[in-house]
Amino acid sequence: MWNYEKRLQFPVNIKEPNAKLAQAIISQYGGPDGEMGASMRYLSQRYSMPYREVAGLLTDIGTEELAHLEMVATIVHQLTRNLSMEEIEKSGFANYYVDHTIGVWPQAAGGIPFNACEFQVKGDIITDLVEDMAAEQKARSTYDNILRLVDDPDVCEPIKFLRQREIVHFQRFGEALRITQDKLNSKNFYAFNPGFDRCEDCNN
Amino acid sequence: MGNQEQMLRDIGIVDFVLVELMEYLDTHPFDRNAMEYFNHYARIKNQMSKEFAQRYFPLTVNLAECNKEWSWGAAPLPWEGECS
Repeated sequence: MWNYEKRLQFPVNIKEPNAKLAQAIISQYGGPDGEMGASMRYLSQRYSMPYREVAGLLTDIGTEELAHLEMVATIVHQLTRNLSMEEIEKSGFANYYVDHTIGVWPQAAGGIPFNACEFQVKGDIITDLVEDMAAEQKARSTYDNILRLVDDPDVCEPIKFLRQREIVHFQRFGEALRITQDKLNSKNFYAFNPGFDRCEDCNN
Repeated sequence: MGNQEQMLRDIGIVDFVLVELMEYLDTHPFDRNAMEYFNHYARIKNQMSKEFAQRYFPLTVNLAECNKEWSWGAAPLPWEGECS
């Protein structure tokens, strides 16, 4: 179940369109380390999480990622509205425009469509949490790369906010991994998969 | 910036505190100070959301009180921006 709140998590008010920049930023909508993959990764991994606090964290961070997805879509939308045909042709936006006009569609900066293969649900808590930590760092690097391309403060501020959230989520997933390891056999964390194996001595 | 925009920004700031505390509490479930902060800001957020709905438009459908017009449907959408 979800409820919708009709506001952005962080304000986005872009005055100057910039189709070239929109084509780079759209990668955080539907690209390999984007917010669509992030939200689907965490929200899908929840079901096989054996510990309620970790499944709860995945729910809350996955939900926040949906708010980030909406912010990125808003940035792309505001960077591409009110474009003239001349600007579309000059900025290299024609290839996107021909298929989607100025709609927002999940693709990477290079044009590759969003694909569920960009994330994994392994059904193993250690494997999945380590992927989640890496995913936060990959998204942080992408935002760093985007920030090197941006000089408009209207675009910079929301991107900086999104970048900071990646760092906080990396920290939270690290704590979730520590909580998980505290519950497992410290001599061998891999002795069994608490999301699958039945283990009478070590089930808690 | 108009009053409506300012109030929306203030709600965003308070709600950000709640999101941050929620995720922190998920991994620190016995931190009493954090829980006190959470309860305090949750009350402020509820009050601000109610006030905003009375003055401007409902941010969530449960705050929509509709008589002549479906106020939830008439509310501006977040991606429109302030300068649309």
